[in-house]
Amino acid sequence: MKMWGTKIMYAAIIVALIAAQMVTSEMAFAGRRTLVLTGSTTVLPIAQLCAEKFMDQHPDVNISVRGGGSGVGIAALIDGTCDIAMASRPMKTKELKSARGKGINPLATVIAKDGIAIIVHPSNPLSEITLAQLKDIYTGKISNWKDVGGKPGKIVVISRDVASGTFEVFKKIVLKGAKTRADALMLASNKAVATTVEKTPGAIGYVGLGYISSKVKALAVDGVEPTKETVVSGKYKLARPLYLYTDGKPTGLAKEFIDFVLSPEGQEIVDKIGFVPVKPTSE
Amino acid sequence: MLKKDKHIECILFFCAFLSIIFLFGIAASLFKEGLPIFKVVSPIKFILGKSWHPTHEPPEFGILPLILASFLVTLGAMLIAVPLGVGSAIYTAELSHPRIKETIKPMIELLAGIPSVIYGFFGMVVVAPLVQKLFNIPVGLTAFTASCLLGIMALPTIISIAEDAITSVPKEIKEASYALGATKWETITKVVIPAAKSGILTAIILGLGRAIGETMTVLMVAGGAAVIPHSFLQPVRPMTATIAAEMGEAPAGSPHYHALFAISAVLFLITVGLNILANYIKEKGYEKI
Repeated sequence: MKMWGTKIMYAAIIVALIAAQMVTSEMAFAGRRTLVLTGSTTVLPIAQLCAEKFMDQHPDVNISVRGGGSGVGIAALIDGTCDIAMASRPMKTKELKSARGKGINPLATVIAKDGIAIIVHPSNPLSEITLAQLKDIYTGKISNWKDVGGKPGKIVVISRDVASGTFEVFKKIVLKGAKTRADALMLASNKAVATTVEKTPGAIGYVGLGYISSKVKALAVDGVEPTKETVVSGKYKLARPLYLYTDGKPTGLAKEFIDFVLSPEGQEIVDKIGFVPVKPTSE
Repeated sequence: MLKKDKHIECILFFCAFLSIIFLFGIAASLFKEGLPIFKVVSPIKFILGKSWHPTHEPPEFGILPLILASFLVTLGAMLIAVPLGVGSAIYTAELSHPRIKETIKPMIELLAGIPSVIYGFFGMVVVAPLVQKLFNIPVGLTAFTASCLLGIMALPTIISIAEDAITSVPKEIKEASYALGATKWETITKVVIPAAKSGILTAIILGLGRAIGETMTVLMVAGGAAVIPHSFLQPVRPMTATIAAEMGEAPAGSPHYHALFAISAVLFLITVGLNILANYIKEKGYEKI
């Protein structure tokens, strides 16, 4: 029985050590201003590059940027574990409700726009498609290229995971709430969709504008080519805003950072990594 | 007992105890977060439902396609890994020249050290287009592609454990076999393998556990279509890939979130079952000897 006393003592020492470790690491940042961003992996590269530039200009600031997805970011904002949530979709009513329940009042700032391009294999003779045809392909009504004016052959339908922000927007604009066909390939990233389309002659997929390359062919949708200009002008329908969510109007460091993202310098970063700026850039 | 020994024993006890705490902590949180889904769908509809549309309105949470996909991909991986793995184990343990063995063993260990995302990338860029051309199918991201990669990934586990089992067959038994005039081949097939049978089975089951739990690779190469699989050459969506792909975007506390935890719990139960089976076979083997 005496053994237990020693065992408990050791347990207590280890717990104390862990706690001490946590306290000291908190203290290391005490002298610096910190900002935590969590959320969408689509917005992540923008936030990451802007944070690096911002920290270069303000050595007393420490910004940490984490991915995880829009849902994770919004949950973190509601739980108070981040200052800014990055999101590639607007908040859902359920999320808004749970935020209000905790006294949080989420406010969105649009920092960039992202066009979603419909891509096919370069050997595909098709060069444009309509929203209605897209819907029929993705819901399972059309399964052969000849039904949309292409070369006869099975359409390999490639979609994003049902939880991705890109899928949410595609579902809203193209599917209008209908169910994706069950045999569609659900891939985990823009890059995976682009790579698969690149290697699959019968494939159709959708990716962010930044992922269009010479190895895939982007289709015009309802007669409009997917370019930065058509996204800005609103002519190209498959586009979505990217958001930074804060609790109430941004103040203090959060405001400084969001202002920086919207500044010509920040918007230039947006432009450089393939998204569409919402404010004038410095060039 | 000396005082110092007692202190060391206590520290080691704490280390061992910690892993038990982790195990129970993980299990408890899986079930705590997973069980609320059964307020939305019945357990039978959840396990046997054929349709997985978690973000649709109204959502559908049927994970049968995901379970079957996991089993199909794992079965394929085993068809590849078991003959290759057991064969290599027999060769390196019984037949190979020591110098060849010295080269092969580190290579196999290296295979275990490759991160799964690399396997996934290799599968997506090299294996998938190959599979597509070879079978002349519309798309190369299939259950078969995933099986090939998982088979390679399970090899190190199977080879090293099976080899240990074969090596630990007492020399006397083999010598007795030779003394009776048996050839080397007869000794291996009729004496060594039966004697090491339980160890080889354990190796296979642990390899199976490795394959069914693998996430990144199947997420990248299995294709992700949540349909009941009919053949090896079609895209499928295993349980692990579903959890990894959707967890990030599922709003915490939503039915989708609980459903993903419930899938994790199902996967956890399958893995625990496999480990218990492996231990049972191992113990039974010892009883015999």
